[in-house]
Amino acid sequence: MKIYHYIILLLALAAPFLLPDYRTQLAFLWVMIILALSWDILGGQMGYNSFGNIIFFGIGMYTCAVFQRDAGLSYYPALLLGMGLGGIVAMLSAVILGNALLGMRGHYFSIGTLGLSIAAGELAGGWDFIGAGSGMTTPMFPGALGDRDIFFYFLFFAWTLVTFITLRWLYRSRFGLAINAIRDNEDKAEAMGIYTTRYKVVAWIISALFLGVIGGGAGNIIGFIDPKEVAFSGSTFGVWMILMAITGGKGTLWGPVIGATVFHITQELFWTLLLGWQRVALGLLIVLIVLFFPEGILGWLRQRYPQRFAANSIKPDQAS
Amino acid sequence: MFDNFMILFDAPVFSIDLLVNGMLIGAIFVLAAYGMALVWGVMNIINVAQGEFVMLGGYVTLVVVKLGLNPLFGIPISALVLYAIGWLMYRSVIYRVVDRDVFTSLLATFGISILLAQLTNQVFGANVQTIDTGLGTWYFMNGDVTVAIIKVIAFVLAVFLGLVLWLFLKKSRTGQAIRATSQNPRAARILGIDTHRIYATTYSVSAALCGAAGSLVVMAWAVHPYIGLPYTVRSFMVVIIAGLGNLPGVIMAGLGLGVAENFAGFILGTEFQIAFVFLLMIAVLVWRNFALRRQRKYLK
Amino acid sequence: MKNNKRKFTTYFYSLLAAFSLLPLSVQASVEGNTITLGAAVSLTGKYSTNGKHTKNGYDLGVKVINEHGGVVVNGKKYKIAIKYYDDESTPARGAQLAERLINQDNIKFLLGPYGSGLTKAMAPVTEKYKVPMVEANGASLSLFNKGYKYLFAILSTTEQYLQPAVALAAEMAKDPKKVRVAGAFENDPFSQDISTGVFADAKKRGMKKIIDDKLPPDLNDMSATLTKVKALKPDLLVVSGHAKGAALAIRQISDMKVNVPMLALTHCDSADIIGKFGKAAEYALCAAQWDRDLSYKDKYFGSAENFAQRFEKTYGYAPPYQAAESAAAVLVYKDAFERAGKLDPTSVRNAIAKTHMQTFYGNIKFDKTGKNIAKPMVLFQVQDGKYKVVAPTRWANAKLRWPTPPWSKR
Repeated sequence: MKIYHYIILLLALAAPFLLPDYRTQLAFLWVMIILALSWDILGGQMGYNSFGNIIFFGIGMYTCAVFQRDAGLSYYPALLLGMGLGGIVAMLSAVILGNALLGMRGHYFSIGTLGLSIAAGELAGGWDFIGAGSGMTTPMFPGALGDRDIFFYFLFFAWTLVTFITLRWLYRSRFGLAINAIRDNEDKAEAMGIYTTRYKVVAWIISALFLGVIGGGAGNIIGFIDPKEVAFSGSTFGVWMILMAITGGKGTLWGPVIGATVFHITQELFWTLLLGWQRVALGLLIVLIVLFFPEGILGWLRQRYPQRFAANSIKPDQAS
Repeated sequence: MFDNFMILFDAPVFSIDLLVNGMLIGAIFVLAAYGMALVWGVMNIINVAQGEFVMLGGYVTLVVVKLGLNPLFGIPISALVLYAIGWLMYRSVIYRVVDRDVFTSLLATFGISILLAQLTNQVFGANVQTIDTGLGTWYFMNGDVTVAIIKVIAFVLAVFLGLVLWLFLKKSRTGQAIRATSQNPRAARILGIDTHRIYATTYSVSAALCGAAGSLVVMAWAVHPYIGLPYTVRSFMVVIIAGLGNLPGVIMAGLGLGVAENFAGFILGTEFQIAFVFLLMIAVLVWRNFALRRQRKYLK
Repeated sequence: MKNNKRKFTTYFYSLLAAFSLLPLSVQASVEGNTITLGAAVSLTGKYSTNGKHTKNGYDLGVKVINEHGGVVVNGKKYKIAIKYYDDESTPARGAQLAERLINQDNIKFLLGPYGSGLTKAMAPVTEKYKVPMVEANGASLSLFNKGYKYLFAILSTTEQYLQPAVALAAEMAKDPKKVRVAGAFENDPFSQDISTGVFADAKKRGMKKIIDDKLPPDLNDMSATLTKVKALKPDLLVVSGHAKGAALAIRQISDMKVNVPMLALTHCDSADIIGKFGKAAEYALCAAQWDRDLSYKDKYFGSAENFAQRFEKTYGYAPPYQAAESAAAVLVYKDAFERAGKLDPTSVRNAIAKTHMQTFYGNIKFDKTGKNIAKPMVLFQVQDGKYKVVAPTRWANAKLRWPTPPWSKR
């Protein structure tokens, strides 16, 4: 571990006590970071731009909520087991969907996954077992008032750490090289003897695991699950995760983290300062980022100050 | 679900009603899909803002009616205004992404789509808006089959515009230039075609087609600021089912989609109508991809 | 590798800088002589039409109270103000904003958002912080079986909306057992609760449910459902889907010439179906929380009609009931503040629970679960281009026109 890792760790541990009024937002920041990081596995590192990763978020959220409702356990075990179960169910769906969808490339993959996430929201909205269009309410936190935010903050922080460290390890391993090879040229990668399909599906499963687990937690911190606006919310979280990864710099480890942080804060500011116009501003922001910062903040810094910010590994080419 | 199925058996006349209404809404998908196919084929951009152009077309017609004109004038006026908006969009945003990778353009047009929808919401409010043309309804078989006349106009117009577009691409100078650019932009440039102008024309024509479609939507159904995405996705679906560069196919696929959707809503219940459309799209994609896989090709 | 430290310091500083950008202006709920209420309403998104009505209602309520000298708590005069956020019609946002109002803006008294879904998302938050929320637009019955103590609704709950319509249908048909009911309800918490209410009521009377369709919120065409209605010929068709559902239903029923003896809707006035569709809207039955012809009174607005005129003068359109109930919610707060004599959330909450008052909007008295039990719903029928009250009989100013003649004779 380097010195800056300690600083960040310290900062993260101290943040809820430094800014007690913002605890829930801070807890949500970890959710955003996980969303961005897990999108980047496919979108950034593997070059498969999925618009449908939100589906695993929603699956995790619903699985956890149903488990909490029906398992008859007390709050903490139900929540933790539910989150775990959410991750498992998300992984299983990734296996099934991955084999069907990951054969497609480019536009087709993007739109296919987009369709998938919309269909998932519609199906959830028609299924009475999970509350259909009326949604589900997650159980109330049993502890004292301030404890809830602290609990979720550290729960999410811990999962973010797990996600980050796992990805860091993966990107440095053979797996990272393989998915980068797929991004750079899938046909050549296959010709070199990489089992591309296997790697692609595994990458999607990993992404699904992180999303599924955090989905269960996010459902609990939001408190109310609506099929289309919260769980399978393609037009909010679903797009934000892409935007955050791109803002920070896709295909890098730190990029999504920086992007999520900047995006989350910007968005909170928009909400406060631009009453009613914040979505207009968001649309404009997307266009501007895409036009002028296609490489993201980290990408831009690397081009500008190569000595200071150049990656330790090989510089990723612009995905195409 | 089974009961609904039996109704169709017991009283087949309702299948005709579903079929006709489905084809009529399919005509709108066809119009929007023409534009999608053009932009995709020529510029290799998937224009996510396609549906928002439809929505804007509706609002332009609303303004036209508020000014006291006959709503039918709204169709050409919407097309013209949207042509201008398309040109503006191209000049300000699209030309910067036209040579970049597909994902960049996808995201940029997505940003435009949010921007347009939210701006419309701020200017016109989120109210559902609709215009009564006063053209009335035809009915047959004791009123069991009804056809609003404006929907028939939409249908005829969709087919007619398809024909005009086909002729335009085949015969006119600009049409030929568009086709040349789509085949090989570099060669086209070498041969003296101003590809940026061609791109701008293509994008604007596509927006204009959507404008006409939107004008019909507000007269035959209703518009509100957030109807864009369903039209975008449906036009995309129509194009992938038909295959790029296949205009008659677009007509068939569009009408077929409208019919399929209506039957699905009837038999499965409306809550699964949209889900059915999207699952159908995924099924088509997976199936086509599977068919290609045997030749070691893939959808790209 | 050597540069990592420096590289990181940059991250670190940019992170710090970003955090310091967060608006740290903390405004307390009570400051000087202003009491600030908080509200997250839908200014954008699919509920923004009604969100706007809600906001206008709140604003007018505040304005009129301040004109009448504000609130007097323990001998001290206060003005009322409202801090707004836009929840974008999404529950996730609503929950976050409630938290934000309470935590960051330090607001101790909340007004409700528009819609049951949003209220469902915000209620657990206010409950958690023990901050009262008086809401005027979350009618879903399921809000009131969760044991919330800080949630108060001044409107009638969903199961009451179309009860009078079902009762009328039963009354008109000689044998209620032969009445066949069809429903098309938007797939959101509010409309689905309406659906539950209508069908439970219909079942009690022995009516038969023949269609129960859920309309997706972004559906733009309900011709599939209407074809089914044509095929099965129900005696009562119920459609609920906020303003959009009402507009779409009237439009397509007249386009497709669907004949039903009785059509019942919600949200007619906020969709302005008479203004938009004229003759096509005739005979439709509409559930409403309030009407300007009712004879309720209070000392701020005067009668219901006075409120309506005042509203029209201020905002340039006739007030739908969503605006009226929102304005009344502010009156409830004023009354509670004065009776509590203190401005801490718990005392105010207890005072609200004991509310017993008449406003221009109706009588307000909460039961244990926090819903208003002192005010009935009214049922309009569109007759000759006007909304006429046809039920309950106490308020009725017109007779029900039934059955609706077929389109060929209209």
